Amino acid sequence: MTLIKTSHNRRSFLKISSAAGGGLLLGFSALAGCKREVLEEEIVNLVLPEKWFEMSGFIKIGDNGVVTIMSPNPEIGQNIKTSMPMLVAEELDVDWEKVVVEQAGFDNKKYTRQVAGGSQSIRKGWESLRTAGATVRQVLLEAAAKKWEVSAGELTTSMGNIHHEASGKTMSYGEIASAAAEIEIPKEVKLKDPKDFKIIGTPIANVDGRGIVTGKPLFGMDYEEEGMLIAMVENAPAFGSKLNGFNKDEIKSMPGITDVVELNTDFLASGRMANTFAKRSMIAIVGESTWQVMKAKKALKADWSTVSGGENSSDHERGLTDLLNKSPKVSRKDGNPEKAFAEAAQVIEKTYSAPFLPHNTMAPMNFFAHVSTDKARFVGPIQTPEWTVSFLSEALDMPKENIDIMMTRMGGGFGRRLYGNFAVEAGLISKQIGGKPVKLIYSREDDMTNGTYRPAYKVKYRAALDADNTLTALAIQGAGIHGGPVWADRFPAGSVDNYLAADSSMDSNISTGAWRAPKSNFIAGAEQSFLDEVAEAAGKDPIDFRLELFDKAKNNPAGKDNDYDPERYAGVLKLVKEKSGWGSEMSGVHRGVAAYYCHNSYVAQVMDISMVDGYPKIQKVWCAVDCGVVVNPTGAKNQIEGGVIDGIGTAMYGGLTFENGVAQQSNFNSYQMIRHNDAPVEIETFFVDNGIDPTGLGEPGLPPIMGALANALYKATNKRFYNQPFNDGIEDLLG
Amino acid sequence: MAKYTLNINGQQREVDVAPDTPLLWVLRDELKMKGTKFGCGIAMCGACTVHIDDTAMRSCSLPVSNLADQKITTIEGLSENGTHPVQKAWIEHDVAQCGYCQSGQIMSAAALLKDNPSPSDQQITTMMNGNICRCGTYTRIKAAVKTASKMG
Repeated sequence: MTLIKTSHNRRSFLKISSAAGGGLLLGFSALAGCKREVLEEEIVNLVLPEKWFEMSGFIKIGDNGVVTIMSPNPEIGQNIKTSMPMLVAEELDVDWEKVVVEQAGFDNKKYTRQVAGGSQSIRKGWESLRTAGATVRQVLLEAAAKKWEVSAGELTTSMGNIHHEASGKTMSYGEIASAAAEIEIPKEVKLKDPKDFKIIGTPIANVDGRGIVTGKPLFGMDYEEEGMLIAMVENAPAFGSKLNGFNKDEIKSMPGITDVVELNTDFLASGRMANTFAKRSMIAIVGESTWQVMKAKKALKADWSTVSGGENSSDHERGLTDLLNKSPKVSRKDGNPEKAFAEAAQVIEKTYSAPFLPHNTMAPMNFFAHVSTDKARFVGPIQTPEWTVSFLSEALDMPKENIDIMMTRMGGGFGRRLYGNFAVEAGLISKQIGGKPVKLIYSREDDMTNGTYRPAYKVKYRAALDADNTLTALAIQGAGIHGGPVWADRFPAGSVDNYLAADSSMDSNISTGAWRAPKSNFIAGAEQSFLDEVAEAAGKDPIDFRLELFDKAKNNPAGKDNDYDPERYAGVLKLVKEKSGWGSEMSGVHRGVAAYYCHNSYVAQVMDISMVDGYPKIQKVWCAVDCGVVVNPTGAKNQIEGGVIDGIGTAMYGGLTFENGVAQQSNFNSYQMIRHNDAPVEIETFFVDNGIDPTGLGEPGLPPIMGALANALYKATNKRFYNQPFNDGIEDLLG
Repeated sequence: MAKYTLNINGQQREVDVAPDTPLLWVLRDELKMKGTKFGCGIAMCGACTVHIDDTAMRSCSLPVSNLADQKITTIEGLSENGTHPVQKAWIEHDVAQCGYCQSGQIMSAAALLKDNPSPSDQQITTMMNGNICRCGTYTRIKAAVKTASKMG
């Protein structure tokens, strides 16, 4: 058992209070109107309690033993609405079948780090959420001990019940919850030994699963209130433009249109956010129904003029290439790379590139806002409620504490919903139309052409091999828009004595931001393709070649601050090698391998491709994952599978191009997404069982698959793929 | 504006909207049925899939004026409480990640299985190819369709 001090968690621990009747839970959620149906179905086998006792910010216990656990973080599809409450329930020691999960609103007094980003929810919540459960369990135990006049040490718990073995007495948490108010919160609590886990490590179905398959209004796009209006915005077609004028009177006179206003969110595009939020003036159209607003938007005739110059993808290509040819800013240097390259028996140099990417979440951006003179209420899908409140406070000139945000389930995020410019726009619209409640929705075109894009990148790798085909030097030189893609201290740093990492940045007026596994979503594919090519030049098996490097990094590491554990890295490669039967030749099967570390987790993948009618078909992907303790195996596998498919689709087809500042793809007829026919026939995932505290899963499955794909494609086509999207190269091969 | 009587999930529903209003927005805005999702507006992503006379169609591109005599089924009408075999299979395979595309995926799968109770892998792929899942749950969707086909 681990002894955990609870003091750091005290502010989330409210004074225990008994709350009013059975209706409380249903009335608790800001989404009460739509939540009720979902809740009734989810707890179809549960009897609602007469009374709820609010034990802490995380836990309410009903007098009949039903337990509500609040899920603090925004749900984006990473399944933390299921897995975070599992951590609480484990230490509370309750029957999962009697647990109802509710999404918490933004509340930085009760909760910390209410963020969906960086694959950190479970890692950061691992101790604090279990402590929250253990603390309430301890309080209940002490209340029972007092009632039975025994010592708490004589009591045990199981499935939401307290037992006293000596007397044979048993009582449910619900029966003692009211007495818990008089118990002092313990200063420290004991956490379970992992071998005693009953919930953590078992496959638990998505708590919103039934709501999703029955079409319940779980998403921000579905949110509605009495009297709510619909708003849409029209941005300039090109980045770097401003609005001169438009046919306002004509639009305002269209059926169902109530308001037409101009918005300015330039304040967002300042300071360190200047790269993320473009300076944009825009037109907002507000009306009674979505279709009426969409028709009015189509009828807009606006006059825009250029302010800062429209950029072209060819400018980006040229600019990044120039940066690779200049003396770079060195971020790390080990040994003497210049000498090693001069003395090399063989030097391999390759350059890799990838274009801008939109996030393309299935639900376009949307947010509900109701702004009155002294307070504001927001409901919608946002990965960063706390950060967004600070933007809203500035935009509305209102103290943060007067702004309320309720998070809905998100129809995808992938980083786009880190940046709540759409919430700011919704708030400004509500304010500018006299405080009416309004839901802003983007069309797909708005969503794709006004993004916070993954920027275009390039990287040049150079490797030196000596006469014995040992890697003696490696140089990485990256370039990117608004920052380069290189992690100077990650592998291969540490595995080669002479090492150089350098990065450079190109300016742009196109807005960029985090996209699932930032930087890694490009550099992993490049690095792992390059190592494959170097292994081939050295006449070595690609897995053996990598394992040699990890041996070096473990036994005799070069440099310092190496940001990975070579043993765990090698571990996933060895596991995927074993599971995939690597090394056994199969007729007509072309294999590629890759491994990568990011978000504190290690993933290795092997991909099998066969050629069907002259075109590559992905048959199977094996994944070996070391993310420490796997909290929920079904959800965990789903994340890895999703990362694999997203990575394949992005590497094959992804790319947003610009002409004169205008995005050239704006919907799914011009931007190709991966569909059913291109998904691998099978994906099999294996987890390393090592009992280490859990780490990220939402992002790490994606980066390496781009390398495995490039390497398998090479085996299948005898051509190396250096530039994403790879499909362009395949089309060239097919003629 | 014009009045239309629509047959939705076995009920007659009256709406007063412009004739070119897509069924999607009639469902979502007028009838407050939010299960049918908005994804692209041009019938390219499948999030808005409904059944028109048992055939899977994209409701974002179907003007309400064309639908007066046809039987419309939405995700809300597929079953009372998630008991349609496709819905049960989706829960069994824990398919969803973000979940936004899944009602459209389910409607496409349900139409496929009604037409062809034991589809081949290729037939599943062909039928489901119009439905994008950004989270990449395609392998689970395929497995769930197969499970549903066995439930009959």
